[in-house]
Amino acid sequence: MSDLRDKKGYENWDEAGVARFEALLAAEEKVEPRDWMPDGYRKLLVRQISQHAHSEVVGMLPEGNWLTRAPTLKRKAVLLAKIQDEAGHALYLYSACETLGTTRDETIEALHDGRAKYSSIFNYPTLTWADIGAIGWLVDGAAIVNQVMLCRCSYGPYARAMERICKEESFHQRQGYEIVTKLAQGTPEQKKMAQEALNRWWWPSLMMFGPHDSESTHGNQSTEWKIKRRSNDDLRQHFVDMTVPQAEILGLTVPDPDLKWNEERGHYDFGPIDWDEFKRVLKGGGPVGRERLNARRKAWEDGAWVREAALAHAEKRRARRQAAAAE
Amino acid sequence: MTTATDIDRKSLTEYLLRLGDTSLILGHRLSEWCGHGPVLEEDIAMSNIALDLIGQARLLYTYAGTVEGEGRDEDDFAFKRDVTDWKNLLLAEQPNGDFAATMVRQFLIDCFNVELYTSLSKSTDTELAAIAAKSLKEVTYHRRHSGEWIIRMGDGTDESHRRVQRALDDHWIFVDELFETDALDAAIVAAGIGPDLKSLRPAWDSMVDRVLAEATLTRPQTDFPRSGGRTGSHSEYLGFILSDLQFMQRAYPGMEW
Repeated sequence: MSDLRDKKGYENWDEAGVARFEALLAAEEKVEPRDWMPDGYRKLLVRQISQHAHSEVVGMLPEGNWLTRAPTLKRKAVLLAKIQDEAGHALYLYSACETLGTTRDETIEALHDGRAKYSSIFNYPTLTWADIGAIGWLVDGAAIVNQVMLCRCSYGPYARAMERICKEESFHQRQGYEIVTKLAQGTPEQKKMAQEALNRWWWPSLMMFGPHDSESTHGNQSTEWKIKRRSNDDLRQHFVDMTVPQAEILGLTVPDPDLKWNEERGHYDFGPIDWDEFKRVLKGGGPVGRERLNARRKAWEDGAWVREAALAHAEKRRARRQAAAAE
Repeated sequence: MTTATDIDRKSLTEYLLRLGDTSLILGHRLSEWCGHGPVLEEDIAMSNIALDLIGQARLLYTYAGTVEGEGRDEDDFAFKRDVTDWKNLLLAEQPNGDFAATMVRQFLIDCFNVELYTSLSKSTDTELAAIAAKSLKEVTYHRRHSGEWIIRMGDGTDESHRRVQRALDDHWIFVDELFETDALDAAIVAAGIGPDLKSLRPAWDSMVDRVLAEATLTRPQTDFPRSGGRTGSHSEYLGFILSDLQFMQRAYPGMEW
């Protein structure tokens, strides 16, 4: 194990710790917060889990747009419940981050000052009601593919958070698909709305799996540490194979002229992804990137006095209790 | 279903709509916060309360449709009436403002709802009594939530105290309306369906006073109370709420969603 001294990510070296860490990984057991772990492992997890938490929070905004305009009371209630779940997911994930030694406030500040990223998909606008269906069907559908894999991630708190999240996400995906189904079976105007939403959300959904394996910066190390169990391209292919037949059932056309079933591979072939767009949107250059981040910053800044009041009041109560006890 | 027979369908429908409209409009206002709350726990809490309120509105509307007997469902009531046909309390339609304004609006209504639904859960109308019993559990939690925030903000920092006192002063003009009664209420009381709203005031006062005292806040006075919501005289805000709420049903009439 002496070669580990020089290995990237293992700067904080501890012989017994390394042995235990590697044994846990080899045995497919979970690494827990109190276990020794390489600094690089911790850093990679914080980066990934916080990015995921931020995606849940920023992801509330495009859907929140339609809470006040949902077409029926039932849809309004279901959408509210869904967004509420997402806030809950963010809480689990921020908690998972805290087990790695970063507070929720620190993590949130990293989002607001641009150090931390969130999924580029939320930098696209929700223009019509059909977009709410498309987000559930495609965006949550893509998220599930990724998250099912993460249930097997080597870090215990993250894997457990993912198990809870996956259960709710599959419900979200189904309600999204049901919204689109209703539109696809509806009037020509509704069908057009559904098709346009698929056109808008298809490619950004494929981009959610990240760069090609050959281009991925963190992929190898993440796989070695069993955080990531399947490659970006593998997951993306799985999503395409799963989703294309669903679009066919709805009578909607996937906006990719190169899309066709490849008998030999047993998979769908699909056209090239516009990686320039991906990079631009990820950096905040998406159609509503600036608005999303500004909305989060504003909520945080406007809420500062509320958080301060809660702390001040808790402190007063504590002091009063202490004074009473001293008497 | 035992509907009190000594009240006509039109009056009972109207009464149910008064209840349902306040729930829906307040729930709608709270849902505007979603994703913009001061802390994630409050995003969850406010969405949860909005969900309860919208759920109450759906039950009340569905029952109103049954009582009315003209085939209207919950969505017909929500999406196909214009401003002057809405019967919600003026307090419910007031804008969110800052978090203090939202919590004050919520607290004043929550305290009222606890008394109202306690009484309605004993209604001679068994269907309404069942809806009220379910709602009572929810609004009791709502009152605890908003009451705790009034105390935290009032007895928090100078800024939070100033903000919540101002919100209280701003919203106090809508308080008298909660307890106002008209001929419809008299008929409802006579039929044993609902309480005399005036009779709810002492319990409301004592709860509000207790929380304000703990919050070190001053109970406001007002010379010019506003009212009219229950009979369709609204603020200008309601029209803007409806233009969001009803957009889809107005833009795409008669479609299934």
